[in-house]
Amino acid sequence: MPVSRNFQIVGWILVAIAAVAAPLVFHPLFAMQILCFALFAAAFNLLAGYLGLISFGHAAFFGVGAYISGYAVKSMNISPEIAIVMGTAVGAAMGLAFGIIAVRRQGVYFAMITMALAQLVYFICHQAPFTGGEDGMAGIPRGNLFGIIPLANNYVMYTFVLCVTGLGLALIYRVVNSPFGMLMMAVRDNDRRATSLGYEIDRVKLQAFVLSAALTGLAGAMKAIVFQFASQTDIVWATSGTPVLASLIGGIGTLAGPVIGAAVMVALENLLSGFGEWVFFVQGAIFVFVVMFFRKGIYGELKGWAERNGGSRPASRPADVSSGPVATMPQAISKSAS
Amino acid sequence: MEILGIPIQALAGQLLLGIVNGSFYAMLSLGLAIIFGLLHIANFVHGAQYMVGAFVTWMLLQYLGISYWWALLLAPAVMFCLGVAIEYVFLRRIYELDHFYGLLMTFGLLLMIESIFRYYFGSTGLPYENPLPGGINVGFMFLPYYRAWVVGVSLVVCFGTWFMIERTKLGSYLRASTENPEMVLAFGINVPLLLTLTYGFGVALAGFAGAMAAPITNVSPTMGTHLIIIIFAVVVIGGLGSIMGSIVTGFALGILEGLTKFFFAPASTTLVFVVMVLILFIRPAGLFGKERP
Repeated sequence: MPVSRNFQIVGWILVAIAAVAAPLVFHPLFAMQILCFALFAAAFNLLAGYLGLISFGHAAFFGVGAYISGYAVKSMNISPEIAIVMGTAVGAAMGLAFGIIAVRRQGVYFAMITMALAQLVYFICHQAPFTGGEDGMAGIPRGNLFGIIPLANNYVMYTFVLCVTGLGLALIYRVVNSPFGMLMMAVRDNDRRATSLGYEIDRVKLQAFVLSAALTGLAGAMKAIVFQFASQTDIVWATSGTPVLASLIGGIGTLAGPVIGAAVMVALENLLSGFGEWVFFVQGAIFVFVVMFFRKGIYGELKGWAERNGGSRPASRPADVSSGPVATMPQAISKSAS
Repeated sequence: MEILGIPIQALAGQLLLGIVNGSFYAMLSLGLAIIFGLLHIANFVHGAQYMVGAFVTWMLLQYLGISYWWALLLAPAVMFCLGVAIEYVFLRRIYELDHFYGLLMTFGLLLMIESIFRYYFGSTGLPYENPLPGGINVGFMFLPYYRAWVVGVSLVVCFGTWFMIERTKLGSYLRASTENPEMVLAFGINVPLLLTLTYGFGVALAGFAGAMAAPITNVSPTMGTHLIIIIFAVVVIGGLGSIMGSIVTGFALGILEGLTKFFFAPASTTLVFVVMVLILFIRPAGLFGKERP
């Protein structure tokens, strides 16, 4: 697969250049926002793209991750790396609770259940005293990494966020390409077959859900340290739509897709920040447009284009779901309802 | 008046409030169930359509001086047309795709519709005058006329819809199309038209609920969003499989919520979700669910 290979190499070089240049060309905060949301979207996509479970409740993990790490740093004087680990751990624990409940149903029901559970968490956070309720939690200090490296400098902070996001994405890549990743895709494509082979599919779903929730908690925890605040906007229902849209724009079921999608989303949000309500209007319009005309997403289309022009056979690496005909979306859903 | 130390007046008041809320849960989850049954689209924008129904009612009065009673007919009619337009322009293009695309697309429509209304009307609610002021003392409680009217009308609408779907010729076409659309098409019934009309009807039902809600809650752009998430939980509890199931679940949860508000108020906002979790453990397919869990 020479073309696919070149495509990959070009991709990696572009990624490296972008990672180094981003904080110099754009504002470092903007670059860090992209990274946090990229991890958020990639964690969502781990479930959606490779297991066929579309969660509409990931804002709960993101928001609670942000609240926990913010509270740990601000009110308990804990150093930021421990606070971020705490946010991740709480995300994982919540993922376990959500997962146990939500894997009992699939398809659109799964989406509805995760959304309802996230709303439950939203209400609890709204009433809990430590979150600051309507006002949120502001003025979270960035502190010193490992007690010695001050994160107040945006470039130091950026390097840290880049490393953590990179590790998170690498973990996702590793999982997707592991035997467990194969199993996830087997469950997505034919859950009965996977069951007949002796796998407990609910267990697979649960494990993947916990991992996804933990990474989402990590993204939220990091976001709270970077922007020094955690508020209701991190946990409100609309935030659950962000990773969905980012994955969809970039390409669901691809590894690079959510990252590209997150960059597009954050850029758009910043461009439209002066127009108030219209941000949501444009987001909604993009949702509709992408569903109607652009279901493979940016990365999926690019990849298809590269393969067509190279004349080589479609890549058969199992992780590249986008190269299949329509296989950008879980088939388990349509099967369950038919 | 007290029985076992419980002030009956207050209890009955909360219970009535619960039944009123239950009426809205029932009407909305009914529409959601009908749309999902035939179109296989989880209509995320249902709450926004309910909100638009309330706004149409408000605008009819404000700009054209048309009273509540006419609006009760006109708002659903307007919403029917809007639903037909949405189905025609957007939804029919994605029937062939995975069901999840329906959820995504209607989520997009929700964001668009809500942002338009927030832009023009802000987030604060607009008051709508109660067309049936006053009430009657029924001995153990004070019964406002309007709330009694809401409960009565929603019962009529819910059971009317049930009758239409389960007991009429048109309903049998509908049910047959849910089971096997190709076969129904082969019998010469215009299934695509049926789909369009069904979506229009579901949206009209949401608009009707919105019109009914206008005098009770302030008319605001965000009034539907929280409600749709509750409705989703109701639907998970009841299962989208049966019409009667949606109605019963809707009313039952409203009543349960009212009781919770009386006995332990802080839990009332989260009660529906907690019930959902319990049901998922006891009966994963939902109370009236037929599908594989």
